[in-house]
Amino acid sequence: MIEMKEIVQTIGGIVQALLKQPRKAFEYLVGDPRKWVTPFNAVAAAILAVGIPVIGLRLWKGLAAVTNLSQETPWGLWIGFDVLCGVALAAGGYTIAATVYLFGLKRYHGLLRPAVLTGFLGYTFVVIGLILDLGQPWRMPYMMIFPRGVTSVLFEVGWCVALYLTVQAVEFSPTVLEWAGLKQLRDLFAKAAVWLTIFALVLSTLHQSSLGALFLLAPTKLHPLWYSPYIPLYFFVSSIIAGLSMVIVESSLSHKIFENRLSTGEHTDLDDLTLGLGKAAAVALYAYFFIKLIGLADSMEWDLLGTPYGHWFLVEMLGFVALPCALYTVAVRTQSVKLVRFTGAWTVLGILVNRLNVSIIAMNWNKSPHYVPSWMEVMVSVTLITMGVLLFRWIVNRMPVLAEDEPRQGGKSLVGALTGKA
Amino acid sequence: MDMKRRKFFQLLGIGGGTVALSKAGKAAANNTKYGIQNTKVAMGVLVDTTKCVGCRSCEAACNEANHLPKPKKPIMDDDALFDKHRDTSPTAFTVVNRYTPNGKEITRKQQCMHCVEPACSSACIIRAMEKQPEGAVTYRSDLCIGCRYCMVACPFDVPKFEYDKAVPLVKKCQFCFSRQKEGKQPACVEACPMGALKFGPREELLEEARTRIYTNPKDYVHQIYGEKEAGGTSWMYIAAVPFEQLGLPGGLTKKAYPELTLGAMGVVPMVMILWPALLMGLHQFSKQRDTENSRLESVAPRKIIAPRKDSHD
Repeated sequence: MIEMKEIVQTIGGIVQALLKQPRKAFEYLVGDPRKWVTPFNAVAAAILAVGIPVIGLRLWKGLAAVTNLSQETPWGLWIGFDVLCGVALAAGGYTIAATVYLFGLKRYHGLLRPAVLTGFLGYTFVVIGLILDLGQPWRMPYMMIFPRGVTSVLFEVGWCVALYLTVQAVEFSPTVLEWAGLKQLRDLFAKAAVWLTIFALVLSTLHQSSLGALFLLAPTKLHPLWYSPYIPLYFFVSSIIAGLSMVIVESSLSHKIFENRLSTGEHTDLDDLTLGLGKAAAVALYAYFFIKLIGLADSMEWDLLGTPYGHWFLVEMLGFVALPCALYTVAVRTQSVKLVRFTGAWTVLGILVNRLNVSIIAMNWNKSPHYVPSWMEVMVSVTLITMGVLLFRWIVNRMPVLAEDEPRQGGKSLVGALTGKA
Repeated sequence: MDMKRRKFFQLLGIGGGTVALSKAGKAAANNTKYGIQNTKVAMGVLVDTTKCVGCRSCEAACNEANHLPKPKKPIMDDDALFDKHRDTSPTAFTVVNRYTPNGKEITRKQQCMHCVEPACSSACIIRAMEKQPEGAVTYRSDLCIGCRYCMVACPFDVPKFEYDKAVPLVKKCQFCFSRQKEGKQPACVEACPMGALKFGPREELLEEARTRIYTNPKDYVHQIYGEKEAGGTSWMYIAAVPFEQLGLPGGLTKKAYPELTLGAMGVVPMVMILWPALLMGLHQFSKQRDTENSRLESVAPRKIIAPRKDSHD
């Protein structure tokens, strides 16, 4: 049973600390003002200074004031990049959770929390991007209050994303509770990990594939080389590749940037784990390459490969699928962690190319003029990424994300940091 | 008492039978698998482009019936408008364009096709787009969230979005559904002075179209656009030249559009049922493997492998 005493005491302690030493609490929560001016912060501030007014303009004046969307191109960068790429690249959460909890590969446990955090923040900003793109976002709950659109792929995507965001919040909650010092609650939520992971995998399978299935209704609009009845499968399999590659990239960056947040013992063999992830990504990429090939054979559209769009399709298939496939293989064979990391970044780029091809570049390929996003659309996307990175940094610098169970090993919990006691 | 009971059951049986029969009857009247289309009452319009003279009375009537802004110049005087191809918009639900295949001038009215199995309706997250049994595809402006998936899905690019508004809606022709309810014809049909638009039950219009083609085989391409395109549409065209030359999209599937996502949606319950079962199995497998390993280790304790050195040193 949960003892209310612990919860009351802990919350009381936090409130007391905030009241007694507000200055110290301020410094802990927003950082030392003397250390604010860094090149990174300056760039971030500049981006936000431009991006936030643009978001305001969008909300105040409508989509036409900010975007290049048109009657022919109803979906632009915010759907193609913020939503489609965002969801694919946030797949690391379910990929690593399944690896650890379901496949029992426990040595990847150290990668789990940052992956879940990346996923959670990724989806949060996907939803924010979606809110900016929808005509009447305040009506989003209608899909749950009036569940009428049961034949709609988008209905399924909407439900899955909403549920999955909730699941990810619960998946990440042990980290927050550990930080807050609520050990009993933390243990309670931590127990649900296996079931949460299964639920996460069901939801991810469904909506990752359904984001591809959205385009099944556009057979005359999406270029035949990208349109395929297998597109839901392509989106699902490539989301696994995206998740693995994103974890490779994210973990290597986190280890460089947040070195002081690492504790000894855990995460020590990141190189080894990176090689393992590279191996898995290589296998997934091989599978992906061949199912894409089968789809192409099935469509009998070989002659289109000779057209400009066909060349671009080959660039995607050879440059961003076959090449990283080979690079991962070589890297794992030669035990080159550096090459795995480079290939990870290259594959992430490849996922972006694929999602943008399907949603924007190969969409309405036979209509001119073709949609090109406005600078303000790009700015809003960049702003959302920046906010995500800032939030990630804030959390990693305070909560036990990179090194698990820190407070128990003498690390600083919220109360500890506020009161100055360990 | 017993008789009464028996009679009661007989009546019940008859009643049940009638219900079953009427259901079967309904099913027979439904000519489509996934929709609610009832051929007896589903109305449509046959557009005979050989009769259209491009007077654009239909546009004027449409704007008036839908309270849309009037065109700047009087509609019928402005021939220069034909020089440029126009599309429908949030403030113009129907437009007439002029095409010149092989030097011939042909005008064609465009508007929502009111598909028998509409892509927009199957795509809509809240089913704001609804297929009415009477044929019209109507729009619930009180439900629409503005996701614009209907626009992506529509093969005819019919739904139009109010991008310039902070609280935008989708706009399109609603087949004058409220006028139809009052027993009137759609405004455009009523306004057409040339009889180029014929309003009636879709099945009858198909017969009419075939008759016109058979009786004047040289005047028409032997095809009814909308009979099978995208699974069939309530608005249909006949013309003297191939329909692609009149700006109608070619190469459309004969399948009803909702069928395109049917398979993907069918996978949903399968994944929801099979994944947990499969994954729990995997979890149990890996758990048991771990306990086996630790049992073996406790029997014959091995030297614990020293953790790898941090590669970052």
